Amino acid sequence: MMVTEIATQENSYQEAFRNLQASHQDPSASWLVPVRDNAMARFEELGFPSVKEEEWKYTNVAPIARTNFTPLIATETAARSSDAKELASFGVVEAIDSQLVFVNGRLRNDLSRLTGLPEEVVALDLAEALADERYAEIARTHLARHADYVANGFTALNTAFVHHGAFVYIPKGVTVKVPLHLLLISDSGDTNEVTFPRLLVIAEENSSATLIESYVSTVDATYFTNAVVEIVLADGARLEHYKVQRESARAFHVATTATDLGANSSYDATTITFGAQLSRHDFNVTMDHEGAECWVDGLYLVTASQHTDTHSVIDHRKPHCTSHQLYKGILDGKSRAVFNGQIFVRHDAQKTDALQTNKNLLLSNDARVDTKPQLEILADDVKCAHGAAVGQIDEDELFYLETRGIHYDLARNLLTYGFAEEVIGKIKIDSIRAQLDEAVLNRLNARLEA
Amino acid sequence: MLEIKNLHAGIDGNEILKGINLTVKKGEIHAIMGPNGSGKSTLAKVLSGHPAYEVTKGEVLYEGKNLLEMPPDERAREGVFMAFQYPIEVPGVSNAQFLRLAYNEKRKHLGEEELDPLEFKDLLKERAKIVEMDASFMTRSVNEGFSGGEKKRNEILQMAVLEPKLAILDETDSGLDIDALRIVAGGVNQLHNSENAVILVTHYQRLLDYIVPQFVHVLTNGRIAIEGGKELALELEQKGYDWLKTANEASVVGAQTN
Repeated sequence: MMVTEIATQENSYQEAFRNLQASHQDPSASWLVPVRDNAMARFEELGFPSVKEEEWKYTNVAPIARTNFTPLIATETAARSSDAKELASFGVVEAIDSQLVFVNGRLRNDLSRLTGLPEEVVALDLAEALADERYAEIARTHLARHADYVANGFTALNTAFVHHGAFVYIPKGVTVKVPLHLLLISDSGDTNEVTFPRLLVIAEENSSATLIESYVSTVDATYFTNAVVEIVLADGARLEHYKVQRESARAFHVATTATDLGANSSYDATTITFGAQLSRHDFNVTMDHEGAECWVDGLYLVTASQHTDTHSVIDHRKPHCTSHQLYKGILDGKSRAVFNGQIFVRHDAQKTDALQTNKNLLLSNDARVDTKPQLEILADDVKCAHGAAVGQIDEDELFYLETRGIHYDLARNLLTYGFAEEVIGKIKIDSIRAQLDEAVLNRLNARLEA
Repeated sequence: MLEIKNLHAGIDGNEILKGINLTVKKGEIHAIMGPNGSGKSTLAKVLSGHPAYEVTKGEVLYEGKNLLEMPPDERAREGVFMAFQYPIEVPGVSNAQFLRLAYNEKRKHLGEEELDPLEFKDLLKERAKIVEMDASFMTRSVNEGFSGGEKKRNEILQMAVLEPKLAILDETDSGLDIDALRIVAGGVNQLHNSENAVILVTHYQRLLDYIVPQFVHVLTNGRIAIEGGKELALELEQKGYDWLKTANEASVVGAQTN
């Protein structure tokens, strides 16, 4: 029974895939045709992962495999119920003139504005970049070269459909002061649509920029976002990267972020996860050049029957690199979270400094966390530490607040907010920080009223 | 204001307070002294409503109401304040956020209008002068990374903001150097007036040089062994708590007649 269902499902992907491959292709992007073929072949071999696989032990993606998702690809998809004004409300004030807005996977030029960016900076639809001789070569050098689709079925599936998305290019030495916002909106109705956002970000030598990647929804619908993000930092480049995942509570979100760091580059990533009934984020940071530094931080806040899974790999391959990782989780209801953080320190990676921490706060007795920080060290002159904690609200802190006249429930909320603040507080974009503060407090208040 | 009658209380089934009687009227300052383990900190915790302590006998009336029936937050909103011996760190919550929330909870309780962040900022600035704390403490997380002295000053700042009717200071002098002690004591003296009352729980007489009580009660083994005026504290300082072993004999007779 199960087998038949999955087989049918794969056929629907295959059908869309055939349509995409048969559609008009710009000659300069013809090299992509075999890449897609390979990726599709790989997806067919791998299929969707099962809980029998070690990396998917705690995350069952059978609901994704079972649902008859329709790929949204070559066909034009206009915004449905939502008008431009509603869609614009997801914008970030600081990036109002530096945003690319995607609705159901397609770039909307009418909602996007790039006037705030320096002229040299390139931000456009990936399909356009591939067809543009100025960018085709650089895109070809990097696209599908950083996110490995051989090992991961979801990355293979995204790569099979690689077409639209964002291409961001920050030339050598350019400093971009305003954040660039890649806003991905779903206003999919109850049509079980799947989109394959593909983002490619290239920061050349000694450039400096801030990237916001956000996923939001106008409707409470079941849809599937299967995203792949590739980020390349050349020597001395600096990038602050915020990912904010606030998909619909019924959505599925599976994403891979693959970042490669050049020598003496600096990458500061913060991933905030609020949405989706099931989300999985594979975050791979590769430090294959000396002197790079990264922060790979995150906060997941889930409730009801939400499930979120973060698998991160920080790979120290060369000497003198530093990585910092702090992931915090807040779980309420019957929610479940998985944190699997691997840090590799390869043989050559002497003088590595790596710190990894995962802390979880359980607000209910029915919530559950599976956390597994892992260090694998092959070099001998390194400084590495890791730790994980799962706990509840501290009784002493609670009593202290109560003795100041703060009601028990409010005191719990305040302490929960404080727990989240360690991650939210580091966000340097005021309006995002304020939005998240509010979202955290709203969630907590909602809990009060329930 | 406060009437404690034959109070028995303990923790994990061990009785620590074995019949405390104490009356505090507004305008008064009382010192509760005693050797380690005599029960003086337990008394402070029971009065503030610590959930780990169980009252087995007796009653506590605060402004005529049964204090022991109120949850800790309600006691606070009704005007009872305890300065902690070991103030708790609250990561991620700024001192200003915390104080404004606590202040507004009390205002709401009293049917008064809440202060917005700007109005509160002015009030906080004013009150912070009482304990000589500068603005940088307001944006930092509550007590996080504060030195021992800063934590104690922060307790008195909270007292200055919340303006309790009854303030219980639990070993507020412990771990303070002489300058910090002077600031903390100066703050308490400024806040004390004819409408409120202070209970100082302390091991040493030193604090009482700065905050002068009208009444001194000395606890041993869960009971008040001896009571007197401020000169009792000086006498204790000279003779040490061992002196009570003999003094105790006499007062036990007295206690039985209660």
